[in-house]
Amino acid sequence: MEKANLDIFSATLQTLAETDRNLLVVTSDSRGSGKLVPFGQRFPKQIVEIGIAEQNLVGVAAGLASAGKNVFAVSPACFLTARSFEQIKTDVCYSNNPVRLVGISAGVSYGALGSTHHSLHDLAALRAVHNLTIVAPADNFETEQAVRLAAQMNTPVYLRFGKKTMPLLSETNREFAFGKGRVVREGEDLTLIATGETVYPALQAARRLETEQGIRARVVSMHTIKPLDYDLLAMVAADGCPIVTVEEHSVYGGLGEGCASFLLQNGFRNRFRIMGIPDEYTVTGSQLEIFAHYGLSETGIERVALELLDRG
Amino acid sequence: MLTVSELAQKSTQYRRNILQYIYGAGAGHTGGSLSCIDILNVLYNTVLNVGPDTFTSPDRDRYIQSKGHTVEALYVVLADLGFFPETDLQTLCRYNSHYIGHPTRKVYGVEQNTGSLGHWLSLSVGTALAAKLDDRAYRVFTLMGDGELPEGSNWEAALLASHYKLDNLCAIVDKNTLQITGPTADVCSTDPLDQKFEAFGWAVRHVDGHDFTALQEAFDALPFATGKPSLVIAHTVKGKGVSFMENQLKWHHGVPSYDQYQQALEELGERAKE
Repeated sequence: MEKANLDIFSATLQTLAETDRNLLVVTSDSRGSGKLVPFGQRFPKQIVEIGIAEQNLVGVAAGLASAGKNVFAVSPACFLTARSFEQIKTDVCYSNNPVRLVGISAGVSYGALGSTHHSLHDLAALRAVHNLTIVAPADNFETEQAVRLAAQMNTPVYLRFGKKTMPLLSETNREFAFGKGRVVREGEDLTLIATGETVYPALQAARRLETEQGIRARVVSMHTIKPLDYDLLAMVAADGCPIVTVEEHSVYGGLGEGCASFLLQNGFRNRFRIMGIPDEYTVTGSQLEIFAHYGLSETGIERVALELLDRG
Repeated sequence: MLTVSELAQKSTQYRRNILQYIYGAGAGHTGGSLSCIDILNVLYNTVLNVGPDTFTSPDRDRYIQSKGHTVEALYVVLADLGFFPETDLQTLCRYNSHYIGHPTRKVYGVEQNTGSLGHWLSLSVGTALAAKLDDRAYRVFTLMGDGELPEGSNWEAALLASHYKLDNLCAIVDKNTLQITGPTADVCSTDPLDQKFEAFGWAVRHVDGHDFTALQEAFDALPFATGKPSLVIAHTVKGKGVSFMENQLKWHHGVPSYDQYQQALEELGERAKE
């Protein structure tokens, strides 16, 4: 049954903790929003509460990791990556203390709670930090794989999760590795490259394009924002078809600009569009209402695709 | 165990080395390195169970230098203990050198890449907490400057250290009372520091940070209270050991001229003969 990626994150951590007594979850009064209450009940000695103090959360997590603990530091993405940014840069990444940073309720998952609780900056900010793998899993499959891989990393990683129930993207593609995007739908007319919880509306847009317009759109789940899968980008760009990127993030500095930078510097001149949250105070609403407002919906993505194909 | 006289001789040599490498590099944090060097001397030579052969052991004591800018003091002590050849320090701050102006793990013996102030009490708390969780006996020492204490995450860490009863953690404040702008009491006073930390659940002792016997006695008494983290407030003199540098603000990161360097060596040389 489809669940929120956060539920899968929590369930996977419990599975790992059954055999890894060194695994430690560190939270900042966030075990409830991180769906970690069951973890805490099953493994009370493997969860450390820091209190509402995100800078301390990351610094303490770095210290625990430096002493060999397998640390997942879990906090709302908005606070984890803004308030603790320097601790991420210095205590975790620069000193290479391999903390698994987990930003929960990322993007606009908190919806109408407003911009204090949105993280539309995290990909941009963290992409510029050396020695950090950045991953936004799209569905339950990618989530479980990402958590399992993160637990084995000897360098820092940032996992970004929303909290919406996410349908499975593909029944057949069961490959997952950090730094390798997943083609979850084949197509020849254009490519939609999305990440995190925007992959599903991109996939739905591709289905509409084929059903209603006979247009076949390739869909890529670019779960790893850093390192970006340049080989896959070059492959999808090689046919010259339009490319649309979609992300639950500012249009500045995230997936789209990462792709654009690679394509421009490597001679690709495909028609190209970045879809994300524009540079403004975000409209009030639920996550899906905000998505719809800014066109990050299946109809919005379909509309942009048609424009790039001169069929809008 | 080194005698007090031997420790004093080491400190004099360390001070000469600090000045030599700062003079050679044309950069460095002179005043603070001279204020904290006696503390590092006592820690590394009489307290910490860590050396070049045990540095990778999970049971080693950890020394984390929160006031990373006085790295010259750390480097000369690590060199003396044999972590790396002292001649390496001739490359201090040179192009492509591992010997950066703040502690870096590229240098064998350095625990963390410090330098950003106010971070490392948190990291030390995490390291001490790991020892408790894993039932290991190592202790964690962190050296802080009095000027970095207004950083807020210090106080987040201070709260958590007592919450988790981390009596394997010892923070030392090198209270030399000066920071780059002026007297710490004028910039942003943290006094009464002892009462603040005691209110946060720590056990606190004052010590003369240049008195080897007093430092040793304080460290021998750790933890100051069972179930509490310990704070040593080490009263020190910025620029200690060189008459014209002592308590002078400009020596925060002042680099001596050739004549000043020679004069300083002369003063320290005479002291070594005493």
